[in-house]
Amino acid sequence: MDPSDLSLRPPRHRVSRTAIWFWGVRAAAGWLVLIAAQIAWILVDDGDRTAHITALVITAVLGLAHVTVMPWWRYRVHRWETTAEAVYTQSGWLRQEWRIAPVSRIQTVDSERGPLEQLFGLANVTVTTASASGPLRVHGLDRRTAQRLVEELTANTQATTGDAT
Amino acid sequence: MTGLSDADGTSAASTSTSTSEDIGHNIGFPNISGTTITPDPAGDTTQWRRLSRRMLVIHPFQEVVRAAPALIGLLFAGSSQGGNGHWWTLGGLAIMLVLGTLRWFTTTYRVTPKYVQVRKGLLRRQVLTVPRDRIRTVDVTSHVMHRLLGLARVEVGTGRSDRKDGGTLKLDALRVTEVDRLREELLHRRPAPGASTQAAGSGAVVAPGVGTHIDGTAPVAEIELAALRPAWIRFGPFTLSGLITVGVIAGFVSRIASEGNVDLLSIGPVRQVAEWFGQGTLWLQVAGSVVVLAVFVAVASTLGYLLAFWRFRLTRTAGRTLHVTRGLITTRATTLEERRLRGVEVSEPLLLRAAGGARLIAVATGLRVGRGAQRGGSMLLPPAPRAEAHAVAARVLGGSEPLTAELVPHGPVALRRRFTRALAVCGAVTVALLALWYWTGLPAWTWEAALVATALAMPVAADRYRSLGHTIAGGYLVTRWGSGVRRRVALNCEGIIGWNLRRSFFQRRAGLATLTATTAAGRQGYSVWDVDLAEALRTADQGIPGLLTPFLVKTGTGSTPSA
Repeated sequence: MDPSDLSLRPPRHRVSRTAIWFWGVRAAAGWLVLIAAQIAWILVDDGDRTAHITALVITAVLGLAHVTVMPWWRYRVHRWETTAEAVYTQSGWLRQEWRIAPVSRIQTVDSERGPLEQLFGLANVTVTTASASGPLRVHGLDRRTAQRLVEELTANTQATTGDAT
Repeated sequence: MTGLSDADGTSAASTSTSTSEDIGHNIGFPNISGTTITPDPAGDTTQWRRLSRRMLVIHPFQEVVRAAPALIGLLFAGSSQGGNGHWWTLGGLAIMLVLGTLRWFTTTYRVTPKYVQVRKGLLRRQVLTVPRDRIRTVDVTSHVMHRLLGLARVEVGTGRSDRKDGGTLKLDALRVTEVDRLREELLHRRPAPGASTQAAGSGAVVAPGVGTHIDGTAPVAEIELAALRPAWIRFGPFTLSGLITVGVIAGFVSRIASEGNVDLLSIGPVRQVAEWFGQGTLWLQVAGSVVVLAVFVAVASTLGYLLAFWRFRLTRTAGRTLHVTRGLITTRATTLEERRLRGVEVSEPLLLRAAGGARLIAVATGLRVGRGAQRGGSMLLPPAPRAEAHAVAARVLGGSEPLTAELVPHGPVALRRRFTRALAVCGAVTVALLALWYWTGLPAWTWEAALVATALAMPVAADRYRSLGHTIAGGYLVTRWGSGVRRRVALNCEGIIGWNLRRSFFQRRAGLATLTATTAAGRQGYSVWDVDLAEALRTADQGIPGLLTPFLVKTGTGSTPSA
């Protein structure tokens, strides 16, 4: 068997397109706080300001690059899929992660909406197993898909018995 | 949150605090009867029992010891203003003694066919209830005072790993003979969930009178898997456990010296040593300090080894449990159900590995590992010869294949990655320090030290690569990694819950991946580091057959998952 002939196909479903905006806004908020702090520093501090302004420019460029590139990259990576037997997710952007768990080992299915996610009409779904290192998270689903996913998984899981450890 | 299945693992509610006392059913309870539990003639409830009467001696003592810093503080504070501090201290002492005595009167317990319950507290009454089919471990500890009085403390563990105290229930303390019977009762003759309690109770093999004694008296139906041999004590100095002891002593001495304004040099012998020491050259001083420290640590480590592992015995009992007894002054006995065992970990810290030794740690659900693996009760073998660790592991697992199987090496790409990572990190630090030395006048030894560290990182990187390996053998996923502490873990494939495949930006470029088998046992996840992607997928597919199949594709081009 040739070792280079096996690969993992990405899960079938993408997350909601609105998630791009959600990730962008969330990242931008973080950068704006940093930029605001730096502007305050410039205003308070007298004397030579070249170092301050250089730092500000670097922050602004990095922030802009992050805010424009990251959401699209993430959107291309984040995918999910469920079958009758397994849940399969793909996430990350620089560091990517694929997680697979059998439906028979699922312990809980949680759905959650943060304040910013509510603004965008999004929700995320967390599937936990008995292992502390194995929760599967799907971020940026639209609300209806998230609800359907939770119902589907709950129905599938209840069909199996055992303690799932 | 939608609770789906009643988990036996981490999320199960096992210790519940309730005020209801009408939970237990009394069905006679033949095994514990005798002196300990007398069933109520009315046939409604199992009677509540008190702890051993001898605890009337230990409880007050414990309270006083616990309050000692405060009492001493009171003594000093009192005597500095007015001079009647000792009265306050005596008052405090009396209160502590009364409180300690009251603990015996307020604590009661009972073992019903379904639950173990403890009632305690004076002002805040608590009833702790542990369902018996959730009991995972029974730990028995005897400290010095306990041993003098023939007592032992029982901790009933339910294996909740999401809580700090692990959801344990403590009985501090019972008579040793009573403890043995209780442990037999709780673990070996435990009624199967849903089965008749009486039937399960009478089906026991071990004669009640011959239970394991905490001091190591062998019972009839036990098979010995390992026992400490005096020759193993030679591994004591290599455990470095004494480093902590030496640190604590050093800290204590310096603290006393600084707070008590004691000039250590005014003590004759100390001054002589210091003067003699001061005459040498710098290198001699450094070498001398290192040697002295090494000797201290070695002696302290050996003592620690003796204290912790004296009379160490690992046995398998008739009820399919593993039983560990050990300890020189404080004795400990840990019992672990084999149905919760998911594998073993052979761990070799660098020094121990150099001396040809290894430790064996259980990978079981509901047992925390990591810091305090010795205390957590997951230690299956103290530092011992590597061959012995492998032999014991094979006896525990019931097959030597997972331990002897040849591991698949991770290939030249993984080797290169180890070196690039070591070089990149150490190189970057060296360059930064060099720049700082050049422009801001940082002392030159900083970048020189970084350069030496870079050179030292090379053999470490090579060793880290040599450790890497994985395979699937005999129904176990075997993975090995690490240099400072090399670990070889054999994880039962049935204990693997799912797979996480992680690839950083650089791993994707190198075609590598880190595969983690998630599990409810031990560290909760065991990784195969920096393995070729296709090999990782094959391993995962072999580990849980069928789970990955719908998501696998054969690509002639060898392309990786799209980003």
